[in-house]
Parts: sequence; structure tokens; C-alpha cells
Amino acid sequence: MSDAPPMPDDALAEELPADVAALIGVEQYPEQGEFPVEQGYIWTSCSSVENGSSLFWDAEVAASLTDGPIAPPTMLSVWFRPHHWAPGRTEEHLPLKVHFDLKARFGLPEAVMTDNTITFYDPVRPGDLLRTHQVLRSVSGPKTTKLGTGRFWVIDVVYHNQRDELVGVETYTGFGYRRAA
Amino acid sequence: MSDTTTSTPRLLLGDATVGDALPTLAYPVTATTVVLGALAARDWRPMHHDHDFAVNRNGTQDIFMNTPNQAAWFERYVTDWTGPTGRLGHMQFRMKGSVFPGDEMRLDATVRDVRTDDAGCGWVTLDVALTVDGDVKTTCAVRVAVPTTPDDNPWARRGDAWRPDPTA
Repeated sequence: MSDAPPMPDDALAEELPADVAALIGVEQYPEQGEFPVEQGYIWTSCSSVENGSSLFWDAEVAASLTDGPIAPPTMLSVWFRPHHWAPGRTEEHLPLKVHFDLKARFGLPEAVMTDNTITFYDPVRPGDLLRTHQVLRSVSGPKTTKLGTGRFWVIDVVYHNQRDELVGVETYTGFGYRRAA
Repeated sequence: MSDTTTSTPRLLLGDATVGDALPTLAYPVTATTVVLGALAARDWRPMHHDHDFAVNRNGTQDIFMNTPNQAAWFERYVTDWTGPTGRLGHMQFRMKGSVFPGDEMRLDATVRDVRTDDAGCGWVTLDVALTVDGDVKTTCAVRVAVPTTPDDNPWARRGDAWRPDPTA
């Protein structure tokens, strides 16, 4: 929710600290999901948006179209959002860690996502255990929007299942900012 | 509660024409809508459930719908139209404003493109808009595969037969 379109392509290498520039294109934070894809959560998601598609509620339809139940494709990121708390964890486990790294690196306390692109590949099924990694694609120079002054950045999140099949790629454009005084 | 599809439409590629408008989905957003959607997406961030945090830290007027939940609304809207044989390939969102409790959100879409790719897969591209009081809050370009014939099933496509990325 900015008043200026994101301009990730205008990243000026000379404005980027070397440590940030070195991360562009690098696979970071390979992770395994904390739990298998589960049917109950699929229904919870469908319920939250009143999605009555027979593909998710009728086992016969799912069997005929997709060889059994699948998750709504847009749930892709759901399977990677960590528990809010887990035993032994000493710090908050943040999803999209590269985004939070950039906020911290540039000292930008606030952030919003302005764009999100998702490409869907093989269906995700109950019982699947997904893994992911993140890739920083670009970081803009300083920008000022009605929210404040900060930077735009573009991050890919790549998802595979336990059979090493690509199931999806999400691309996020974030704007980290400091509110105007 | 909104009207959900109780019949089972099976849209075929030949049923879609560039310029076609999809039926509007109107939905009154409440705090429950926002919180339920955030938790269904396992998004525990406070701006989606904590009014004080949203107002005093984020500077927004209230808690607001999160992106994954908006994606779920767009998916439901598109597949209400295609039926279960519709298979999402690609979605590109642009968030222009937030959706708050008290808003009536409206989803509308028009068909931008209808084509068959080199692998024989039928694709419809839709320009979907989420608006509140006429203001566009989110736009979403959706590329959805639909059957080219009654016997076709986009879900059966694997490997090179499934080419969801329009930029690839």
C-alpha cells in the first residue's frame, strides 16, 4: 500500500552495501516445513473464505480430478509459516527471513508487502512435507512514499515437496520504511 | 455469509471470451473475517488481529486483511466461475490499499486473454479487482487453466505439459 509503484529494477548497485549486494541471487535459509500438509487446515482455509469448491469438500471429485485430495494452491505459504511458539525455541521464528534481515540491516522498523506473484506447479497434497529456500532478487535505492522513506526489495521463495518436485514459487516485493516524523 | 457456488460449473475454454465480465462477489468484512483469514493462513503478525498495534505501530486505521487470505479470496472467486476443473497457474497481486473491518469488499473481473499454449493447455487470463466503495484496494492478474474439451483435465498435466509461468 504505497503511493508509488515498486521499482525493483532500478536498484543501484553503488547504493547498496557490499554485504547486501553479495546476497543477491544466493539461495538462503533452506528449511523443512514444521508439519505435514493436513486436511483440517485445508478445510479451515476454505471455510475462512467460504470456498465451497467440490474439489476440496467431495472426495469423489478429488479422486476423479486430482487422484485424491489436494490443498488449494493459494495455501502454498501456509505450510511454511512457523508455529507462534514451540518448545525450546528461544527467539521468534520468522517466515520470509530475508525480508526481516533487510529491515534490520537498513534500520527500517516498518514494512509492507506491495506485490506478490505466485506460480503454481505440482499440486500440494495432505501428508506432503515441503521444503523451501529464499533468494533475494533485488534491492532498490532509497524511496519516499506516503508511508515513509525506505527501500523496496524483491524476494523469491521456492517450494519443493518431499519427492523433490517443484510445487510453487512466490515472489514478494516488500517496502521497508521509517515513518515520516 | 456470501452466496457460494452450490452447483458444479465446468467452464470450457470456448465458454470464455475476451471482455467477458465475471459476476460480482460482494462481502461485508468484519474483524472476524480479518482475524479468521489471518489465522487460517497461520499469519500471527499483530497488525492482522491487534487493533492497538495496527493503529499505533503501523499507522493504519484498523487491523487489515493479510495477503495470503486475499489470495484465498481471489482463488475462491475465480474457481466459483470455472468450477473444480479450473487450475490456477499464476497470480500477480498489487496491493494498493488495505481492507478493514466495516468495509464491503467487492470482487470483479474481466477476461483479458483466452489462448491455448504449445502444450495444448487452455488458459484464461483474468484481471481481478478488489474494491471498497469504488476504490481499488488490490488488483490481481490470474492465469487459470480450463479444459479445452469436456474430456480434458488441466490437473492431469505434469512436467513440460504444465507451463504456468507466462513469462517463461
